[in-house]
Amino acid sequence: MTVNGKSVSADVEDRTLLVYFLREHLRLTGTHIGCDTSQCGACVVHVDGKAVKSCTMFVGQADGAEITTIEGLAKDGNLHPVQQAFHENHGLQCGFCTPGMIMTAIDMIARNGKMDRDTIRRELEGNICRCTGYHNIVSAIEDAANEMSAA
Amino acid sequence: MSMIPYAFRYARAKSLSEAESLLAGTSESKLLAGGQTLIPTMKQRLASPPVLVDISRIKELAFIRVSSDAVVIGAATKHADVASSAEVRRAVPALASLAAHIGDPAVRAMGTIGGSIANNDPAADYPASALGLGATVKTARRSIAADDFFTGMFSTALEDGEIVTEVSFPIPERAGYAKFPNPASRYAMAGVFVAKTKNGVRVAVTGAAPCVFRVPEMEAALAKNFTPDAVAKIAVPADDMNSDIHATAEDRAHLVTEMAKRAVAAALA
Repeated sequence: MTVNGKSVSADVEDRTLLVYFLREHLRLTGTHIGCDTSQCGACVVHVDGKAVKSCTMFVGQADGAEITTIEGLAKDGNLHPVQQAFHENHGLQCGFCTPGMIMTAIDMIARNGKMDRDTIRRELEGNICRCTGYHNIVSAIEDAANEMSAA
Repeated sequence: MSMIPYAFRYARAKSLSEAESLLAGTSESKLLAGGQTLIPTMKQRLASPPVLVDISRIKELAFIRVSSDAVVIGAATKHADVASSAEVRRAVPALASLAAHIGDPAVRAMGTIGGSIANNDPAADYPASALGLGATVKTARRSIAADDFFTGMFSTALEDGEIVTEVSFPIPERAGYAKFPNPASRYAMAGVFVAKTKNGVRVAVTGAAPCVFRVPEMEAALAKNFTPDAVAKIAVPADDMNSDIHATAEDRAHLVTEMAKRAVAAALA
């Protein structure tokens, strides 16, 4: 498979979940594990351009796929517009849910473009912030969607 | 290090015939489609199949075909693709809307219709639409009417090694779906699918009892008068409902009537 533009391969047990492959074999620890029950969204990455839970996918299912993680977003030292918007809107408190929030946000903006706040909240159904910092997360996504649609 | 499933062998099938031969000989092997129910179950070690046969990449199983009288959806079609299909939204908006409210966006990007109906979780959404619309489930071996397909909690008419290939939904005159979702899981605590078809009205309930079921009294009432008021005083017996930490059997019986009213209203909207 390709991860953040680099071709990677490894021999791992069939039961290896994608998130453990990313974190423990590739040492890409930006993708977090928050719940073990497939509900929190901290582990969301892009597989062939779609936001999915890397804790709910075996590595074999991703064989041959293109994966993007939070580490693959910044280009030439510049933050991705969604990362920048989280920074500017204080869209994170402890930061644990942030990688999943950002990967989910990029996917929803790609599908919907500009969105009202209710739509953003509905789209965040699968991402939990234990700091309850949703207000600023929604603001960050709203700003990023506006900026990316204008560009 | 935490939730890791028991060891198993992963095999990806490229075609239906390859999937059938991979399944043959090991009755405990399981099909893996989107994995959005099976993988969490395996992580909890509540399931431990020795072999997983991945059918999610079989191209012949991922399609949506809409004709003048039916919406036919391939078993490996993902919820997100049904939800966003302009053709499904035009032909049976209630079906697209149902798909758009399964789980969360990441689940909908992986989960498939074939997996949902074959698993027959008591609280899954698709069984309600299949039974409510009087769908036909096709497998590599035969066709099974929805009325005969869902046989009990997590059980169906499927035989060992039988693979669902597509679900054919007759297009109704109008239909609506309403569910009261569990706030954490988004599974239906009660979900009601109502359809007015040229063969009569069908009402199917999911989430409330061990298996999706029809409500003949509501169907008869709606056949005479297709309005929310027609079902407002019809209650299902609480004795048959599930009771758990989320809701009592009485709560669920109450929700069935409420969701039925909303489903009829949605069908009329």
